[in-house]
Amino acid sequence: MTVIDHLPVLLIAIPILASLLILLVGWHDRRFCYPISLITVLSQFGAAIIIFLQVMREGTVAYHLGSWAPPFGIELLIDSFNGFILMVILLLSAATVIYARRSVESEIEPEKTVPFYVLFQLLVTGLVGMTITGDIFNLYVFLEISSIAAYALIASAQKPRAYVASFNYLILGSIAGGFALIGIGNLYVATGTLNMLDLARLLPASYELATVHAAFLFLVIGFSIKAAFFPLHLWLPDAYAESPSAVTVLISTVMSKVSVYALLRIVFSIFTTAYIFTSFPVNDLILFIATVAIIAGAILAIAQDNLKRLLAYSSVSQIGYIMFALGVSNQVALEGGILHILGHALMKGCLFMVAGLIIYRMGTASLKELGGLSKAMPISCAAFALAGASMIGIPPTIGFMSKYYLVLGALEADHWIYAGALLIGSLLAVGYIWRFIEIAYFKDNDHDEGHRQVRAREGPVSMLLPMVVLALLCLFLGIFVEGVMEAVTPAATLLLGGA
Amino acid sequence: MGDTTLLPAVAVAIPLLASVLIPLVGRHENIREAVTIVAATAMLGSVLAMLPSILSGNQIALSLLPMVPGGDLALRVDAFGMVFALTAAILWLLNSFYAIGYMRSLQEHAQTRFYFCFAVAIAAAVGIAFSENLLTLFIFYEVLTIITYPLVVHAETPEAMKAGRKYLAYLLIGGVFLLAATILTYILTGTTTFVPGGFLAGSGSRLVLQVLFLLFMIGFVKAAWMPLHSWLPAAMVAPTPVSAFLHAVAVVTAGVFGIVRVAGWVYGMELMASLGLGTLLAVIASFTIITASLFALTEDNLKRRLAYSTVSQLSYILLGVSMLSITGMIGAMAHIPIHAFLKITLFFVAGAVIVSAGKECISDMKGIGRKMPVTVLMFSAAAIGICGLPPLSGITSKIYLAIGAVEAGMPVLLLVLIISAILNAAYFFPVIYTMMLDRPDDEHSLDRVTEPPLLMLIPIILTVVASVLIFLYPSMPFMDLIEIAIAEITGSVIP
Repeated sequence: MTVIDHLPVLLIAIPILASLLILLVGWHDRRFCYPISLITVLSQFGAAIIIFLQVMREGTVAYHLGSWAPPFGIELLIDSFNGFILMVILLLSAATVIYARRSVESEIEPEKTVPFYVLFQLLVTGLVGMTITGDIFNLYVFLEISSIAAYALIASAQKPRAYVASFNYLILGSIAGGFALIGIGNLYVATGTLNMLDLARLLPASYELATVHAAFLFLVIGFSIKAAFFPLHLWLPDAYAESPSAVTVLISTVMSKVSVYALLRIVFSIFTTAYIFTSFPVNDLILFIATVAIIAGAILAIAQDNLKRLLAYSSVSQIGYIMFALGVSNQVALEGGILHILGHALMKGCLFMVAGLIIYRMGTASLKELGGLSKAMPISCAAFALAGASMIGIPPTIGFMSKYYLVLGALEADHWIYAGALLIGSLLAVGYIWRFIEIAYFKDNDHDEGHRQVRAREGPVSMLLPMVVLALLCLFLGIFVEGVMEAVTPAATLLLGGA
Repeated sequence: MGDTTLLPAVAVAIPLLASVLIPLVGRHENIREAVTIVAATAMLGSVLAMLPSILSGNQIALSLLPMVPGGDLALRVDAFGMVFALTAAILWLLNSFYAIGYMRSLQEHAQTRFYFCFAVAIAAAVGIAFSENLLTLFIFYEVLTIITYPLVVHAETPEAMKAGRKYLAYLLIGGVFLLAATILTYILTGTTTFVPGGFLAGSGSRLVLQVLFLLFMIGFVKAAWMPLHSWLPAAMVAPTPVSAFLHAVAVVTAGVFGIVRVAGWVYGMELMASLGLGTLLAVIASFTIITASLFALTEDNLKRRLAYSTVSQLSYILLGVSMLSITGMIGAMAHIPIHAFLKITLFFVAGAVIVSAGKECISDMKGIGRKMPVTVLMFSAAAIGICGLPPLSGITSKIYLAIGAVEAGMPVLLLVLIISAILNAAYFFPVIYTMMLDRPDDEHSLDRVTEPPLLMLIPIILTVVASVLIFLYPSMPFMDLIEIAIAEITGSVIP
């Protein structure tokens, strides 16, 4: 076997080793932390691309840990769905690491830098693990690794409010973890296996068992909490708004997407559409809640005065789009949902990076104090405008494309009212995006007595670069959406039980 | 009968390229303006280069990118699209000179942003003209909405911001309806590609197709039909070149262009007639024509009066479509360039008065004609043209519309046209009288007023000359193009 064959396990092993290395080397000189972290995540991203290409070329890649064959050993399984997700999350992780250096310098106390990078690396490890594992208990283990790292990272902002946010998240996250574990236990009782492929094979025999229904509910609710699916989003606004900017970027893009991934994986790959359509019909309910989420999240976002909090509520709304796809559950809608996982990661990453940069330069994210910001920070504001346009769904950005697929899918499934609600709901995004645009571009604090004038400068290159790249990706992946769909379509087909 | 060439993409790409260059050279005003002028000239050149092929009955198709189910990003230049594109290209060039004179005279702020947005807007307008399918049209339509917003709120005053919100609310909500209509069309038929004579027939029940048309109508809110018109007068807070070119030509024409496209290339006139949609359009159009004219009578702000006049005139085009007859359709299509050339003159003059005398209200313009005789003369000429009197082009389309009304057996529409003509005169002649013959309240208040700078005056004169030329030689090129377009959608040759 060559190194290529071992790439799946290296994806997990290397970052764990790197986190230990960071700890050791950081002890000696904390300036080494950042380069190690950067190299690790970049090489992970490279490995993800290689694996994804391999999946596209040769089909699903399976790796048996320690050569123990499933169902006894743990299996890492990368197919066209999680291969795609893996690439998305590592792209965002890489962008975040590049962005993080200056942001960490200004927001984290110097002596905490080493633990910060260690935890950051562990968080990425946990999320990658969740994405590529083929074993549902293993999924839970990685979920806990990533969660614990996230609690600590949120608290690392070292403000009282961050402690509260972290604690709230700890409580709800633990409930979520507990729910997931109960669900997994029930599945094991019903089938005697923990391997996902095995589960999918054995479960149909027990579709009518109350144990299985309970397992489904526990798993869906547990992961809905982690994914902040309305109305289980209560931990999210504080956690996003109070944590250090680099952490916000990572948890709002990578972490939330992995939770959604796990949810989709459980619903479609383990329980399959047969279960959710006939044995335990919850589609319509999920569709309804998702639509409410889209609208309620957007309205809550409009009411915020703090940019980070505004974007946090926007995430509640945007998660609704992906869940909308789950509710519709047909090919076209799922393509839209998976595309939106990518699209939302890109645009929300960019928007939170802008928010973080504003805090870096201005020390505040309060909208009232950002009047005329575009003159001081033209590149950041332009990036915000572009990613914001994608959030609203202005063509030809990627946000429009996913919305288009979702509406098309909903109409094909004859959900006329929901399709209409989605279209109208998407307009609400204008409400919150435009609050910033109006203030930053068209409001001059010079004329307003009592406001201090914006005196910020444009940010450092290491923060601007990932932000601009993400913003441009929102545009170009939208224009060249056909290429992206070549990766998305097989993933959606796979989820629906096709080849 | 399709030619293959990159020219349609070039026509869209030139202003986009300019929009990239403009911010880069933004600090050097002369270079920045040179970019605009060169781009406008080049775009006009690329459009003209396609004209002979189109006039000989060809179409130029160019598929740019595969996109989503429901339509690729694809361009196709046909005769009707050419009417719009040619109008836009000619007027963009003239308007660019005018804008330079206007913006510099008033020392407006944020001029780089202004020229940047303008360039993207014209790219979107030409994109709409050359769209091969509904989806491509929708994409350019939305881009046009977003990119004109910074132009509307250019002044950044609370009043402008308020108008901007209204503008955005109307147009974006309209956009959602258009998207819904597009997707619905795709669901019904499996395609959104424009077909001369329409492709919807038999694809859905009567009710579905009627509702779909209503979605399209609300979607094309840029046509400013009443009661969904109030964004247009609100948008008059924008600098005059924006009002002149975008809100009298490009944006509003995008709206009526869309409606004509849908009527002729999605529904087809027979289907429209059998669904009773002509009557619906006729009611909306007649109501708008008359009511907007009445609104115009009461406006003292010249630009807002012109805006209401635009609202009214745009519905002439809808009226022509509603007749569902060949002559009516010719009148509708012909009115697009004819109204554009006339109305832009009027806005140019309104802007010239702002620059030279700083006056926006008609009641303040007493006797201004003594100081700016050429400008006011041009205003009078264009106003007479709008009223439908020779020797300007306004009468050309109105004759077709009048004949169409009779042909379609709807003499009541003829009545609408006559009442409207009287109202047009009623809201324009007092303005001309005030400007030319009234004595100013204070003789010295006009001492410093002169003709506007040549950069502004020459475009004003040229647009009037163009209107006279269209009257004298209607066939070249607009009526020829329209005849080809009509022949396409009716499948017959014009008598």
